[in-house]
Amino acid sequence: MTGRGKCSAQGPVVRPYGDTTGDGMVQVSFTLPVPHDKRAEGAALQLAAKMGLDPAMLVHAKAMGPDFTFFVVYGSVTHLVDLTAVQVIEREYPLLSAKDVNAAIKKTLRRKLVVIGACIGTDAHTVGIDAILNIKGFAGEKGLEYYREVKVVNLGAQVLVPELVAHARAEKADAVLVSQVVTQRDAHLTNTKEMSAAFRESYPAGATPLLVVGGPRFDEHATAELGVDRIFGRGTTPGEVASYLVHALTTRPRAA
Amino acid sequence: MSPAALDLRRLDLDPATVRQARSLARAAGKPIVRLARTHSTVSVERAVLRLAGLSGADADGIPWVNRLVDEVRSQTGLEHGVALPVWDALRRSGDGDLTALAQRAATGGVELRVPEGKEADRARTASTRAVGRGIATIDRRRTERERMVAKVGDAPRQPWIYLIVATGDIYEDIPQAQAAAREGADVIAVIRSTGQSLLDYVPEGATREGYAGTYATQENFRLMREALDDVSRELGRYVRLTNYASGLCMPEIATLAGLERLDMMLNDSMYGILFRDINPVRTFVDQRFSRQVHARAGIIINTGEDNYLTTADAVDEAHTVTVSQLLNEYFAKEAGLEDWQLGLGHAFEINPDLPDSFRLELAHAMLARELFPKAPLKWMPPTKHMTGDVFRGYLLDGFFNLVGALTGQGILLVGMMTEAVVTPFLSDRDLALQNVRYVLDAAGALHEDFRPPPGGFIQRRAHQVLEEAVDLLGRITAEPGKAPLLEAIGDGTFGLMKRPADKGKGADGVVVQDKDYWNPATEILEGRA
Repeated sequence: MTGRGKCSAQGPVVRPYGDTTGDGMVQVSFTLPVPHDKRAEGAALQLAAKMGLDPAMLVHAKAMGPDFTFFVVYGSVTHLVDLTAVQVIEREYPLLSAKDVNAAIKKTLRRKLVVIGACIGTDAHTVGIDAILNIKGFAGEKGLEYYREVKVVNLGAQVLVPELVAHARAEKADAVLVSQVVTQRDAHLTNTKEMSAAFRESYPAGATPLLVVGGPRFDEHATAELGVDRIFGRGTTPGEVASYLVHALTTRPRAA
Repeated sequence: MSPAALDLRRLDLDPATVRQARSLARAAGKPIVRLARTHSTVSVERAVLRLAGLSGADADGIPWVNRLVDEVRSQTGLEHGVALPVWDALRRSGDGDLTALAQRAATGGVELRVPEGKEADRARTASTRAVGRGIATIDRRRTERERMVAKVGDAPRQPWIYLIVATGDIYEDIPQAQAAAREGADVIAVIRSTGQSLLDYVPEGATREGYAGTYATQENFRLMREALDDVSRELGRYVRLTNYASGLCMPEIATLAGLERLDMMLNDSMYGILFRDINPVRTFVDQRFSRQVHARAGIIINTGEDNYLTTADAVDEAHTVTVSQLLNEYFAKEAGLEDWQLGLGHAFEINPDLPDSFRLELAHAMLARELFPKAPLKWMPPTKHMTGDVFRGYLLDGFFNLVGALTGQGILLVGMMTEAVVTPFLSDRDLALQNVRYVLDAAGALHEDFRPPPGGFIQRRAHQVLEEAVDLLGRITAEPGKAPLLEAIGDGTFGLMKRPADKGKGADGVVVQDKDYWNPATEILEGRA
């Protein structure tokens, strides 16, 4: 769901804030593949100008070996931000406490909600999925294992997609949570598409479990493209995931 | 700095508790060693063939060592080892060409059998001679390293600065590694393609297609070592090369590393079991053989204790690091590795929002230093609490470096502020090295002035972690059965991962040795042949 962002107190148009309202100040750093000399510094300022920094101050330039130069540039950016044109995914469900999550599951499902989690493909980074599932949790919130009415099956790392589908079927999973951290060659996108296609193939239409992916480098808008129900980005807490699952599964009871 | 320059009794550890910790680790490890001595695996047997000079792969890229071991297994079983049937068949074939035999065997053209009596003696002698040539090459490589270090010079100081390259393409890795060495790296680690630890074969040849890393192959090892030799001569200091043995092919990768003069290998006794779900018995058998090869090759192992802290809480589970270090030490020494070869791992992974997090890190690092005074500890940078705030991450890396300087670490893996964000930029690596150099130059000798007060926070914390480690080792050794450590791994004592002894990847590659089992490599490595 996309929504309109709220306008801040000073109006719908803002500029970056350095130390004074409206000064537009930003800091960027980058490397150019040129030896460090006067020309390199000029090149850095040219890039800064093209990025909309005017005036730009080259505050640091350092040779990195014979062929590269590293720059830090401060400057006022000429671009304006129109807050009315910002598109974000607003949370469309209420944030529930663990107690409320358990109560809602009991009332509407009348059984435990089954969640299967895994890192798929060759991704061995279980930090994300563990933060959401392990009782230890994340950001001071306990993970889904802590929820009395949630049954968690954490398959761990490097789970093959067919294995994941088989486990989901065997456990009659209500939701499948997949974490993807490795992004080289867009592996996170490829793996997610492969995963959602496999579920669509092996379940009757409309009967697939809720497919949820999470990872630091996903675009939260890309659900349709990836074939999943929901994408969670960096900083997501177990409570948000639990609240979402309850919302999605109890307000839209699924076939099967 | 050499650890000897440190005052090694800064923590006032109780010597009796330290002795108890070691004897419990020995008690936990001994039954595992017995297991390793009475089993073999497909990878151990393939390593034997590699030592005898068999290399290359068929048209589908399946290595000849795999084809031949599979063929032996299907005709005679592997319980006798691969050497007896293979060298018996070689003798009967007359030409003595191992590659030709493997090729013929792959098409079903070789009848393999387990020889007996005089024929078995001949196969034993011939296989020992063939494998002995491979071991002699490993010995030459070791001498070559020693000569080169003496001639071009060694790393200027400790900790050695350890940098990672990982492009997936060996021909991209080479200039990156050389650049990293010129920027100050003492050790280059080429990260493997992510899935490689779960491949039950070692790919062949120079590779340009890796996934988040570059395949470990003999040719890639050779190319990179050659490139680093060039840059070592240019810089006047020997730049070390590291790769990763852990996984399903530990024995073979260890062998290839020895043959191509790699200098360090990641080799953990339990990493494959806990974090890759590799069968426990397979892992322990493979681990022992691979470490015997490392011992012979003069390779420094790096263990993987950092992994415990990335998956569990770094304060609550600090003692699991100590336990793993003690077990790694026991297994390593049993396999013939010496103290200077033990790059026991630990990491800076405590949540920086926790009060006194730095003091806790310092206590843990000092504990490792004092428990293993002669080992070049491997100090791993923060990853778990690198949030994407690169500025904060840079500060955290600075504190990580400071602990490294204060505790005389042998190997320091350089932390990148882009950890968990992107593959480090050229500039990130440069900034990271500046961070290390600043801290080492500014505070590298601070350990001379730094002594935590008796009974103070740091001492108390170190004592607590050691006691918790002793408790955990006590619980492990109290498990039932012939190999209590396997039971402990099976019921989830390490982290939350339960790894039963009969489950996991690669379990079907384990065999129990028959009484006539013959492995010429083990005979030589254990000094019997």
